[in-house]
Amino acid sequence: MKMDLSQFYQVFFEESFEGLDAMEAELLRLSNDTPDVESINTIFRAAHSIKGGSGTFGFEKIASFTHVVETYLDLVREGKRKLATEQVDLLLRSVDCLRDMLTALSQNQTMDESRAIALKAEFESLLDEPPTANSTETQQLAKPQGSKSSWYITFIPHREILLTGNEPLYMLQELAQLGEVEVVVNTQSLPALDLIDVESCYFSWQIELISDCSESQIKEIFEWVEDDCEINISRQGFQTKDTKTQVTALSSSQVKPADENTQFSIEPSEPTKSETEVDSHTKIRTDKQLAEPATKVQASPTQSTALVGDSLTTDKAKQTSQKIADASSIRVSIDKVDSLINMVGELVITQAMLMQLSESEFDNKVVKRMKQGLAQLEHNTRELQESVMRIRMLPISFVFNRFVRLVRDSSQKLGKKIELVLLGEQTELDKTVMEKISDPMVHLVRNSVDHGIESPQERMAAGKSEIGKITLNAYHQGGNIVIEIIDDGRGLSTEKIRQKAITNGLINATDELTDEQINLLIFEPGFSTAETVSDLSGRGVGMDVVKSNIQALNGAVDVESTPNQGTKFKVRLPLTLAILDGQLVRVGQHIYIIPLVNIIESLQINPTQVSNIGGQLDVLDLRGEYVPIVRLAEVFAHQSDSHSLNEGLLVVVEVDSGKAGIFVDDLLAQQQVVIKSLEANYCKVEGISGATILGDGTVSLIIDVVGLVKVAGIKNLGTGNITIAEHSTSCESL
Amino acid sequence: MIEEINKKLEQLNESASEDLNQYLSFFINDEEYAVDILRVQEIRCWEGATVIPNSPKYIKGVMNLRGTIVPVMDLRARLSIEERPYNAMTVVIVLKFYTVKDSAKISGIVVDAVADVHALKAQDIQPAPELACNVNAAFVKGLGRSEKGALILLEPDALLTIQ
Repeated sequence: MKMDLSQFYQVFFEESFEGLDAMEAELLRLSNDTPDVESINTIFRAAHSIKGGSGTFGFEKIASFTHVVETYLDLVREGKRKLATEQVDLLLRSVDCLRDMLTALSQNQTMDESRAIALKAEFESLLDEPPTANSTETQQLAKPQGSKSSWYITFIPHREILLTGNEPLYMLQELAQLGEVEVVVNTQSLPALDLIDVESCYFSWQIELISDCSESQIKEIFEWVEDDCEINISRQGFQTKDTKTQVTALSSSQVKPADENTQFSIEPSEPTKSETEVDSHTKIRTDKQLAEPATKVQASPTQSTALVGDSLTTDKAKQTSQKIADASSIRVSIDKVDSLINMVGELVITQAMLMQLSESEFDNKVVKRMKQGLAQLEHNTRELQESVMRIRMLPISFVFNRFVRLVRDSSQKLGKKIELVLLGEQTELDKTVMEKISDPMVHLVRNSVDHGIESPQERMAAGKSEIGKITLNAYHQGGNIVIEIIDDGRGLSTEKIRQKAITNGLINATDELTDEQINLLIFEPGFSTAETVSDLSGRGVGMDVVKSNIQALNGAVDVESTPNQGTKFKVRLPLTLAILDGQLVRVGQHIYIIPLVNIIESLQINPTQVSNIGGQLDVLDLRGEYVPIVRLAEVFAHQSDSHSLNEGLLVVVEVDSGKAGIFVDDLLAQQQVVIKSLEANYCKVEGISGATILGDGTVSLIIDVVGLVKVAGIKNLGTGNITIAEHSTSCESL
Repeated sequence: MIEEINKKLEQLNESASEDLNQYLSFFINDEEYAVDILRVQEIRCWEGATVIPNSPKYIKGVMNLRGTIVPVMDLRARLSIEERPYNAMTVVIVLKFYTVKDSAKISGIVVDAVADVHALKAQDIQPAPELACNVNAAFVKGLGRSEKGALILLEPDALLTIQ
């Protein structure tokens, strides 16, 4: 009987990917300081469960590869092998390789085995090395290294072992990978055909294993079924018995050419040392021969460019592959689920209360209580909605953590010394946004590594510390999440960008541009100033893709740069893409929505507090702060009812670094609106972030306040005005 | 009338034939224009649209098509034909089109009235002559022939893509 295991594949993949992430994170921690036992244990455990899982599901290739990794890790754990940078690198590459193999498996594609074989060979040669000096003795005491001997294993599974999802066959196959096995099946307890329960296991096995493995390795195979079977592993040499005639040999190992040598080791129960040495050498050599061409492929530039390739096509391919992964599940912390259950509980109570009310006689008192009940219901619904939204929220550390590896690898490659600082890792954002932001982030970080941070020599010459610093910072601001990528490198060269923009025809040589405007040019399509095109970045694709990707998420990206002190990219994204609280406002006959999170207050204007700057811009003196007034009707070219400022209302909103007032005719209801994309069928409209459908079925547009203020032509808000600047910082700290 | 054509549309989508292309025609002034019927998603009465600020003059705004936000374009304005007030015959034809980036979008066009469905063979379509005056050459795919006279075949991709 065989269970359909495919239903568990998804869980296995998810757990394995998580395990790989954990391995990677720990490995990266290791490279900084001396191996910490706990980290090695974590890595080992992750590798072990991947091996176990893949064995159970019959993914032999992954199991056998992980096995080698695990064997090596085991030796490290026992202190018999060291874990220096090269080994960490090797392990990291194995993690990558496993990840690719698993990805291929999960998408039903054929996996590229050459890398695994190459890596396996590397591990095997490491395993073959004499162990580290101090432990040689203990190891030889523990087991005569390299000598092959027989293990006599009796494996009597309980009847119900199949019900627990374990498949003895896989265990036997796994044993076969340790060495040569001869399996004798005992069918004595098999009942008559009509009495067979198909879900019971009636067999037991006697296994002779000829291998140089340790007892723990054998035990490991049966570790998962320890409680569901009787198992006896003994070290005695196998005595020839009559049973050999009824042997059912599991021959997967016999097919292997390398085993031709081991064949003769059956006869002497203690083979001489020299023989086995020869044997293991030949084995490794064959593996190496297999691996040689594969290693070459890996070292070739095509491989490395594919790894770091930032061309559009790779991105596209990635996107499609991500699409498949998109259907995956999400892990939610239990307290979020608990709060959700609480909400539902309250909702049920409210519903019961309303139900009860509806059954009673209607009088004024009941109506009043009914209204209270409905208010309660509204409250519940909203809280429930917030809780559900929170389920989609994940800490940004999911994205940040991958950069540890990226920065490590790429800085090594470039011979730069870079320290990566992560701040605000716990800042939460929507899973969808997170998935879509990681590619643009990779571009930006890579850019900082490649162009931003200088070489150590250059840094020393500039009087800076040899070690460059890249900071990733995330925090909430209003209804947005802000992600900053800050490096302390050379900064953008405005002169170079200007020259390049002129040659590319983006600007005219006579154009007068501020440094800020020039810096923004790097987001134009086809723009790159890197003198040498490198693997990492500088092919002129990138920044414009970054910008458009971020804009597609209703976000914005900005750059600030100080020559010789560094560059700061500021990515601003909405927390969620689905719903927002909106304030409906009216201008003439048009209704717009201003996101409530942007609104600080709404007020009626006292005309005496309004001053006019240069005949163009009105500012309101709002308790000592000058707030520029944006007339919505003017910006959007609508007919307004309000002829003077005291007829309408001013909605004061928070913009980037200060405040602005949006002047409208009237405030209408506040309500939650479902955000619909305007760009799906139309194009980006300045000052509009999206659209929604109101209760009456008409479309209403959602105002993007930052964009609106830009359209209105008020720039540099908050600069040169101390009150506003101070206020905005205090806002942020709240 | 609209229902009739909508029904025809449904049948067509089920059995699109290869050699014979069908075109949905409609009027602007007395001229009969047409678009490939496979691009037509549906026909609706004009029910108004929400104005998009600072949009080109020919964009009437956006409408709600069962939860999707769809821009609506006034074909007269797009073709620089003098506008006239909408009446009971005015309809919106919702069309599918492809932008340069290869993504499919939908957009509505406001026309005076729908006319008919014509079947045209590829050889029946003549390339449009160098067009004078008010029709932008890029919008016209070619000229066909109906019982009443010339049929101006429009190219939705060029027509509906907004620069």
